[in-house]
Amino acid sequence: MLTGERRQGLALISPTLLYSLLMLAAPLVMVLTFSFWSQNYLELDTTLTLDNYREAWSKPIYSTLIFRSLKISLIVTLVTVVLAFPIAYYLSFHVKQRKALWLFLITVPFWTSYLLRVFLWKVILGYNGVLNTALKGVGIIEEPLTFLLYNANAVVLTLAHAWAPFAILPIFVALEKIDRSLLEAAEDLGDGPVRRFFRITLPLAMPGVVASTLIVLIPTVGDFITPKLVGGTDGLMIANMIQIQFGKANNAPLGAALALSSMLIVASISAVIFLLGKRFGGKVQ
Amino acid sequence: MTSPLPKPIIDLTGITKSFGTFQALKGINATINEGEFFSLLGPSGCGKTTLLRMIAGFETPTDGTIVIAGQDMAGVPANRRPTNMVFQSYAIFPHLSVAENVGYGLKTRKLPKAEIAQEVEQALQMVDLGGLGSRAAHELSGGQRQRVALARALVMKPKVVLLDEPLSALDKKLRDQMQVELRQLQQRLGITFILVTHDQEEALTMSDRIAVMFDGRIAQLATPEELYRRPVDRRVASFIGVMNFLDARATGRMNGHLALDIPALGSIELPSAQVPEGLDLRNLETIGIRPEMLTILFDGSEQTEHVVRGEVTGTAYYGDMTYYSVRLPGHAEDVTISMRNTAGRSIVPPGSEVPVGWGADSIVLFQ
Ligand SMILES: Nc1ncnc2c1ncn2[C@@H]1O[C@H](COP(=O)(O)OP(=O)(O)OP(=O)(O)O)[C@@H](O)[C@H]1O
Ligand SMILES: [Mg+2]
Repeated sequence: MLTGERRQGLALISPTLLYSLLMLAAPLVMVLTFSFWSQNYLELDTTLTLDNYREAWSKPIYSTLIFRSLKISLIVTLVTVVLAFPIAYYLSFHVKQRKALWLFLITVPFWTSYLLRVFLWKVILGYNGVLNTALKGVGIIEEPLTFLLYNANAVVLTLAHAWAPFAILPIFVALEKIDRSLLEAAEDLGDGPVRRFFRITLPLAMPGVVASTLIVLIPTVGDFITPKLVGGTDGLMIANMIQIQFGKANNAPLGAALALSSMLIVASISAVIFLLGKRFGGKVQ
Repeated sequence: MTSPLPKPIIDLTGITKSFGTFQALKGINATINEGEFFSLLGPSGCGKTTLLRMIAGFETPTDGTIVIAGQDMAGVPANRRPTNMVFQSYAIFPHLSVAENVGYGLKTRKLPKAEIAQEVEQALQMVDLGGLGSRAAHELSGGQRQRVALARALVMKPKVVLLDEPLSALDKKLRDQMQVELRQLQQRLGITFILVTHDQEEALTMSDRIAVMFDGRIAQLATPEELYRRPVDRRVASFIGVMNFLDARATGRMNGHLALDIPALGSIELPSAQVPEGLDLRNLETIGIRPEMLTILFDGSEQTEHVVRGEVTGTAYYGDMTYYSVRLPGHAEDVTISMRNTAGRSIVPPGSEVPVGWGADSIVLFQ
């Protein structure tokens, strides 16, 4: 039997719960079902089959795209987290007053839409873009550089910029939670600043680092706007292919199988990162 | 106390500390001896922690010098000082086991693994935590955490152990037990301990010497007995134990005696030996007398030097002791008198008139 308190709790969360069930679970179930069907020209053949998965896992084009997506988002994650850590560290340990103002400033990029920010990079990196014009203006280059836009590097740059604030905040929170007397204790026991950082600060900040990593990694693997706008053909990622299957190619079942496959891969990578982080961070309660 | 020639281990000279415009320490001078149990005692905010953290190297003095074991500590960071600290919050590393916590500093010293393990186990046994090395930090009780923090400091074999209110988070019973254990451990190891506390009872029972601090200054630095018997001023007197303050006036000084007029008790003469040096008799307005130095005289009680009559206005029963509030003629406030509850002695009810006995040698004069 449900106690009063539990019933009350359920009642409180039920609108949200229902909403997320509808918006998350239902599409997922649909995609899962689709992936075992097949497309017969214009109709869907609803006999269950593993053909889509067979195709997704055997054709080189798909594995190339998956690997590229993983590579790009792993690099993005690495760059973002490595750059975010010092910022979060500075905020937490060296900013004494006006922490709130700093946090507020970090969220400023969110004031413009994601799409606009991606376009902005297009404007900066383009053939006649800001960067090329400026470099030409000061006479460093004669002809505009063409390797700036429409490749994987541009995707990395754009994604890293877009996700930086998301990476800073969890690390900042984890650093804020570290009891400063632990750092003094480590120093008191003979550690210099560097040793102390690796033995106390970093392990205790690990939950934040793992959170940042996952927050950046998971969505960037599936991003399709950025590669489409700044990636060119070299920068296309798996999500672009999934979109094509659901759209132009009119093969939703294959798209569904691709989507679920990449989900599975990302989930396993996330699990590994989570466990590694836990291991390094020790048995923090 | 322990050795006839105390060897100084810490010298504090003219220490001041300002936080912005606020002066937390206003000129501290003290010498702490090797093997001594030294306490910094004072009310909240008097600067005890600040002074201790300065010795540890976490704060730098605005002015003044700290010398530890003959070496000036100016510019020496905390990790290179021969001191180790037991933090008030214990600061147990949450991601490490008990053994890893205790062995933390030894690992920095790059000792071989086997040696570390051995030293850690020894240290744990010393604080009665033998065999608990593999426990995780969060599996410990408050008292156990305190012991781990202590073992972690002791295993470093420092010249000085600094303890910031280490017992304040423990319940009364455990605290009393730990007071005894800490004191015994300190005496056995012969390491200098500097304890910060605002609990006068704790300081009295554990320390060789105590520095009583008020407002960033040391008001008195003395042994517990001296502090209790000869507090230099009213603040110290009322901070250490209970003290009755009575109005008094010096009426003259003759052949080795000081004549005092104490309205509540009468006129007496004190031997000069009892008068602190440099006491300005013109400023003498108050004297002190401890509750146990006043006695309610029962039938058959021992005779005392002087007797006055008073009226009981209230009682507080403490099991072994009873505290009486007694009104004395010629004194506005009631005085407190503590009496041991012996067999067959009943408690005098309020309203009774009683004879109160006292001796001139228990009168305390303040500078
Ligand atoms: N970092 C700081 N900045 C500003 N003021 C400080 C700082 N540290 C201490 N103080 C002030 O200095 C005074 C002494 O502080 P301290 O912590 O030494 O007191 P304490 O004697 O240990 O008191 P308690 O018994 O409450 O711990 C206090 O008034 C405190 O507010
Ligand atoms: Mg303090």
